[in-house]
Amino acid sequence: MRKKTKIICSVIGLLAIAGIIIYAGEALPTSSMFRTVLQLGVIYALIAVSMNLCNGFTGLFSLGQAGFMTLGAYTYAILTIPVSARPGVYYLYGVADWLANLQLPIPVALLVAGLVGALFAAIIGAPVLKLKSDYLAIATLGFAEVVRIVTASSPLNRVTNGSMGLTKIPGFSSYYGIFIVAIVCIVIIILLLNSSYGRAFKAIRDDEVAAEAMGINLSKHKQISFIISSFFAAIGGALMAMYLGAVSATTFTIAVTYFILLIVVIGGMGSVTGSIISAFLVIACREWWLRFLDQPMMIGTFTVPLLKTGFRMVVFSVILMIVVLFFRTGIMGDKEFSWDAIANFFRNLFHRKKATPAKGGADDE
Amino acid sequence: MSEPILKISDLKVNYGGIEAVKGISFDVPEGEIVTLIGSNGAGKSSTLRTIAGLVKPAGGTISLQGEDITGKDPTAIVTKGVTLVPEGRRIFPDMTVLENLKIGAYLRKDDLTDDLNWVFELFPRLKERSWQAGGTLSGGEQQMLAVGRALMSRPRVLMMDEPSLGLAPLVVRDIFGIIQEINKQGVTILLIEQNANMALKIADIGYVLETGRITLTGTGSELLANDAVKEAYLGA
Repeated sequence: MRKKTKIICSVIGLLAIAGIIIYAGEALPTSSMFRTVLQLGVIYALIAVSMNLCNGFTGLFSLGQAGFMTLGAYTYAILTIPVSARPGVYYLYGVADWLANLQLPIPVALLVAGLVGALFAAIIGAPVLKLKSDYLAIATLGFAEVVRIVTASSPLNRVTNGSMGLTKIPGFSSYYGIFIVAIVCIVIIILLLNSSYGRAFKAIRDDEVAAEAMGINLSKHKQISFIISSFFAAIGGALMAMYLGAVSATTFTIAVTYFILLIVVIGGMGSVTGSIISAFLVIACREWWLRFLDQPMMIGTFTVPLLKTGFRMVVFSVILMIVVLFFRTGIMGDKEFSWDAIANFFRNLFHRKKATPAKGGADDE
Repeated sequence: MSEPILKISDLKVNYGGIEAVKGISFDVPEGEIVTLIGSNGAGKSSTLRTIAGLVKPAGGTISLQGEDITGKDPTAIVTKGVTLVPEGRRIFPDMTVLENLKIGAYLRKDDLTDDLNWVFELFPRLKERSWQAGGTLSGGEQQMLAVGRALMSRPRVLMMDEPSLGLAPLVVRDIFGIIQEINKQGVTILLIEQNANMALKIADIGYVLETGRITLTGTGSELLANDAVKEAYLGA
């Protein structure tokens, strides 16, 4: 494919995506499932890409995502709940004096949320990143759990509202705010991955010894990747708080981390576009396409068995198991989306169709 | 003999309580090819890995043109101009040839065009395949890529750990030809090999390492003619 055609295709593709988002924002009612999936999908896409930066590109098997999301979500919530609403939100324990009149603009609060995530990543990174593979996963998982329990603990009642959680969290007044923030963040991660730092991360993932022999400082680069990943995970958590309007200690459990890990694995470890595509697909399946499985269905007088509330998650889990067992590289493997690949795919498709009869139906490709 | 660029004195390396290198001293004169030969477990790789900073020494000193570099981290050592081509090539299989080469120059912030051209001149095969993934190259080409990648850091001393490992004799001859060519262009070479015959033929100075100690020293041709070396390493 020629370069010019590729650019035209990309422009058309991006315009189409923008068109879909604007269509959902302008024409669809707020209760539309499609609208919800787009909004939730873009948040999960950001978090999945941030996890992929650490797990897929740098080869650090970290499972601390939920912890950083909690940090981001709570930081954002604490800093933005309108002063007038605070007595209502903190009605049980009262609000800490220094907090009572503190309210930051939304963009500043988002940035602070990210920085808090990054700060904690820097603090735990130094000891934790010395661990390898499973041990790193266990340590970060433990960290996430500690964060979750500490936020709900009683000494912090007057800040985090303890186990009651926080409500009345404001969001952008426009539907597009979340998209803009998430897309800007994803673009920053893509730029980082295409820089020489990104190359160093991949080198560390592929072969630590060789990377070190080439003079790449392993601990420094692992630390950078981990901190940046956590920064964006925290912003993702803040966007989630914004979307939900409320957070509590049970919002970001370990299950959330696994869910994001699944998105990353289904999309392909080491593929940004894979993570984005799979975030939308998985969210659409979980929230929308599989909904019919939860409704009892009657065909004449015959009640279709199994279809009742909760069955959706069973089917969803089975689909995930099939993916993990048989499509281990995910949708994209470690490749990125490219028009060449699409063109080749169609070329092969047509080619094979033509070639098959000549071979007498034998397909030995 | 010119001034030594690398001077190793009484170097000791331990691996989990086992003494792999038991106090060796040797010089690497600037602009020459120096080889360490010895059997498995003699401590050759440990010595190179320690000079490269990948392993911290238990004792002794390493100095580069009079500057003490003992125990410095690999980043500092590569910056100072000492680069290791690791054993078993260890190229990055999923990255293209060009990306592999760029990783070699990771610590440099200046323009890479000249060095890329230099590497492509030395290894025309790499230029043809610069957009191919490293893992799709043949063994010999991967070794060339590993050497090219190390050259991208513009080293003064290039250390090679068993470049002939697992390669066909003809390919080994090519690689050794290129090593000599690189040396002629002013890069000092420190080579360790089990293929003692090949290594000694191109080496200016050779050291024989046995269980962590240097037992023999001489020029390449002297060692090739030495009866003990013949018996132990050349199978004659």
